[in-house]
Amino acid sequence: MINWPNFVSQLFNGLALGALLALISSGLTIIYGTLGVLNLAHGAMFMIGGYAGYVAYSYTGSFILAVIAGSLFVMVLGVAMERIIIRHFYHRPHEDQLLVTFGLGICFVEIVRLIFTSQSQVVPPPALLQGITSLGFLFYPTYRLAVVGIVAVALGGLFLILYRTRLGMIVRAGIEDSVMVDSLGINVYRVFMIVFGIGAMAAGFAGIINAPVVSLTPGVGDDILVETFVVVVIGGVGSFPGAILGGLIAGEIISITSMFNPGYAYVMLFAAMTLVLVLRPHGLLGTQGRE
Amino acid sequence: MLKQRPYLIEFLTAAGLVLAPFVLPWLGFAPNTVNRILVWGLFGLGFDILFGFTGLLSFGQSAFYGTGGFVAAYLLTRAGFPYVALALVIGMIAAAATGYLIGLIALRRTGIYFAMITVAIAEVFFFVEFNPLSDFTGGENGLPGVPTPSFNLGFTTLHFTTGWSLYQFLALCYFIGVVIALRIVRSPVGAVFSAIRDNPLRATAVGHNIHGYKLTAFVIAAAYAGFAGGLLGVLQAFMPPDAFTFDTSGQLVMQTAIGGRGTLFGPLVGAAVWLSLQDFLQAALGLGAAWKLVLGVVFVLLVCFLRRGIIGGLADLYGLLTGQRGVREPDESEPEVVAVASTPHAAIAAAAPTPVRPRPAGSPSGPILQAKGLTKRYGGLLANSDIDFTVNHGELRGIIGPNGAGKSTFFKMLTCEVHPTSGTILFEGRDITGMNVTDVCQLGLTKSYQVNQLFAGLTVRENLVIAALSGLRGKFRLDLFRSIDSIPGLSERVQQTLELVNLTSRPDTPVSELAYGEKRRLEIGLALATSPSLLLLDEPLAGMSPRERVETVKLLKSISQGRTMIIIDHDMDALFELAERVTVLQEGRVLVEGTPEEIKNNSTVQEAYLGGVHGVLAA
Repeated sequence: MINWPNFVSQLFNGLALGALLALISSGLTIIYGTLGVLNLAHGAMFMIGGYAGYVAYSYTGSFILAVIAGSLFVMVLGVAMERIIIRHFYHRPHEDQLLVTFGLGICFVEIVRLIFTSQSQVVPPPALLQGITSLGFLFYPTYRLAVVGIVAVALGGLFLILYRTRLGMIVRAGIEDSVMVDSLGINVYRVFMIVFGIGAMAAGFAGIINAPVVSLTPGVGDDILVETFVVVVIGGVGSFPGAILGGLIAGEIISITSMFNPGYAYVMLFAAMTLVLVLRPHGLLGTQGRE
Repeated sequence: MLKQRPYLIEFLTAAGLVLAPFVLPWLGFAPNTVNRILVWGLFGLGFDILFGFTGLLSFGQSAFYGTGGFVAAYLLTRAGFPYVALALVIGMIAAAATGYLIGLIALRRTGIYFAMITVAIAEVFFFVEFNPLSDFTGGENGLPGVPTPSFNLGFTTLHFTTGWSLYQFLALCYFIGVVIALRIVRSPVGAVFSAIRDNPLRATAVGHNIHGYKLTAFVIAAAYAGFAGGLLGVLQAFMPPDAFTFDTSGQLVMQTAIGGRGTLFGPLVGAAVWLSLQDFLQAALGLGAAWKLVLGVVFVLLVCFLRRGIIGGLADLYGLLTGQRGVREPDESEPEVVAVASTPHAAIAAAAPTPVRPRPAGSPSGPILQAKGLTKRYGGLLANSDIDFTVNHGELRGIIGPNGAGKSTFFKMLTCEVHPTSGTILFEGRDITGMNVTDVCQLGLTKSYQVNQLFAGLTVRENLVIAALSGLRGKFRLDLFRSIDSIPGLSERVQQTLELVNLTSRPDTPVSELAYGEKRRLEIGLALATSPSLLLLDEPLAGMSPRERVETVKLLKSISQGRTMIIIDHDMDALFELAERVTVLQEGRVLVEGTPEEIKNNSTVQEAYLGGVHGVLAA
């Protein structure tokens, strides 16, 4: 009794959502992997990316500028946050890091709420990507298709940074053992700052890319953050490939379950996470290293 | 801080609760605000046991708050159940049961994993309440019409309605909650909780089943949350669906951190600050929605600069003002000087009269530990290869070997911290290969670590109590309401251990204030306090000054009276003086075994140390 076109279009929805989740989660996971800090303000970063893009868009009318402005603003915010606050927490217990990033996230959300009110804002997709594309057997919103492509490119860029540059090598070495990297004469703390900026930028970029799909509210990052956690737990903390795999899995689970009953989307997501925790406690692609 | 005079805190709480309705109105508190503070405070009591005492930061307490609340509210409204108090208890039980099941999943991991999983779980509960279960929970409308409690006492009926009338009921609930929480915190289980917070690895190694205790803390927190959730419905005459939101969990976490974690009353203080600031900022300053931003900033600043929250800050301030610090410090450094100066005498004095740990009648002889063909492979690296090793009852064995000889790996296999690739280990005739550290410690085999593994936030005595408890209570026991002082044999054993490791002068000093040598002795004391029948010491002399070494060797001699011990160390003079037999390991194998004299004169050993790979001069 499954409506096939509907099912396929949900698969595409899942792909688009999954790709976004993958991008946001990779930001979260490389920050955690390198710095050892779980950034609970990551959802707020995603939200701010959307708003910064929205502001740029309302002044310039250019979506591309909005994307650039959104990403850069969040990167700068991330760097500032790391410099001013987070770096004082590297040697404090995990709980304190969680508390302070949680508090910062609330501050960010409330500042945005103060400026833009709780009303939802709209960022239209660029003219080129508006409308609907025929895939032969079904019609699908062009922009959502484009999201998959854009995010794939962004993930590719992140991959290149992580696996093909000197910085990436240091970051991956730092994930393994930051003390060792430090003693090799590399300024780990400068790398930390850059990583925090890149990780935040990934969330901000996803935020503005996602803005035309959903309406923009100050709370838009909260649900995303929870989904990101599930992605990271499924994929394995600190693992970039794990974040991508986990993102796609989570996206599909949410979309396909929503086709039957949206109320059960989170239940299924949670069931998947539990299954992973029972069978592979370190995540699908995680390693035993860091806790 | 929680252990001054018996019942002092209980008495002060009761007095405060009785006086509140007379004092708080003068400070501008509306009765409804006070009632909400009490509900948050009660919710927070359980959370503080979980977070402040056990060190598990959960962002998902809303799941249990909502569960308890909706079960109670459903019973009282839709199901027509007439007994309010009983419904609250049923809600609490439901929440605790849910907590048990969720805990089984969430506690599979610790640290940030735990935080992330609890967030996800709470979000699931929120969606389930709204959607699949909306027939029972009223979905986004919640459950209106929750009645207030009344008790028929025969001659009269007590009816608690709203405002200060309901306050009496809530205050009673809070008081009972505090009394129970204090019992739990002061029980042996409470001691193990703080051990888990400070050093889960060592808590496991001294023989506590920490998974069981973590689950216990989680269930306790869920039970408190469930009861408080029920009270929320009673208080508002309506069970709101936002009890299940992430904001609820977040607010609880923030209030606890603001008030002060690990204090039990922190959440209450935090809630008072939160709710009164909210009222003040919204009403008096007309800030509208910006109040939450102000609170967010306050919270971030507190986390940055006042880690222990308001109560912790006040305690520090009180300490400063009364000059407690100033008086205490010389007080503490002086005994140290005395202790160092008198150490040799003290050690001898302690050694001579201390009755040797009673050995079973007709002291067993023969092997206590037998390892056969023990091999450990890490990928391509062979850390230990085919080691045969036997130690007899009452023996003092030394193990030496150049760096990288596999000594520590060998010890880790004996205590079951790592499992051998092949080979078997028999301890007192029982095959312990593949068992875990906790069980092995319970059987009477434990070790002191090469790098100190202490409970850094606790005092010397508390450290030893935790180790001694595992021997006296087994690896898991739910004596939640038992006073720690009432355990037979505990204080004797702690005292005995203090004497053995020569720390009698500083039982109440926090570990963080100990000198290195003292920490090292406490490290040995932790292992001793579990009263092992076989004690392994991994480099007990590591990092000590020559003088400390001399003293520690004396100490080890006195400890070894009537005990079976295996010592790893690089200090050969010390080992040759202490040990009856010495095993030399090299490159993962047993090179030779014999009496100190034999080892000293053995040409292969001389080769290994003098002409061998490392070319290190012995001694």
